[in-house]
Amino acid sequence: MTLLTSVLAAITATIVWYFCDRRRELKIGFLSLMFWGASLMWFVDAIFEYAELGADYFVPAGSDMLNDFFLGLSVVALGMIIWLVSLLFSDPLGVVRKSLKRQ
Amino acid sequence: MACFIVPAAEAVVTTIVEKSVKSKEMAEKEQTSHADYTSAGKIPFSRKLKWLNQMLWGGSALLAFEHVWHGEVVPFFPFLTAAQDPVSTAEMLHEMSTVGVGMAAVVTLAWAGLAGITHIIEKRPVETVAEKTE
Repeated sequence: MTLLTSVLAAITATIVWYFCDRRRELKIGFLSLMFWGASLMWFVDAIFEYAELGADYFVPAGSDMLNDFFLGLSVVALGMIIWLVSLLFSDPLGVVRKSLKRQ
Repeated sequence: MACFIVPAAEAVVTTIVEKSVKSKEMAEKEQTSHADYTSAGKIPFSRKLKWLNQMLWGGSALLAFEHVWHGEVVPFFPFLTAAQDPVSTAEMLHEMSTVGVGMAAVVTLAWAGLAGITHIIEKRPVETVAEKTE
């Protein structure tokens, strides 16, 4: 479930990257690559788990699935926080600098 | 257990390599005239390396969070719960050498594929949808 949530986040970020004209300024590529990196890592983890559990890997307990889904959402939230902090820190449009100068 | 440490370690190395390649490219850029440099129209290798770094650092950070979630990484020494006894440590090292190395290898291979596809796209002439419909 965590893998699935991460892959969906990566696909969404990639689609936004493709269609958004301000992809560079908004650092959408970074967000997309971060989720793809995590997805690939969880995919490898899933392969090893499948090798160990076999078909049981695809029938997780309800509570495990819920926990994994909750974890997946938290991972997406954390990824977005990292991206947002990076965006505000680099401040490509100078919004943060302007607002700080005004104060 | 601690599989994310392997891609994180690779990220440290590739970040150093990226900085080194970037400084070399900057030196080359200063020597070559601006017109010659931009006419090449190629994505610098340092930028491609940055993609790998972003995948490795981002992925490792999110996986580290997962390990915190599962109680495998703790905020006190030795930081990894598996490092508290020799049996768990051996298990952790085995996981790092299998799953961790696999993770680093798959991310690197995916990046190599991405860099290869980019190289092919760079050779194609730029044609947008608007131009096609005209």
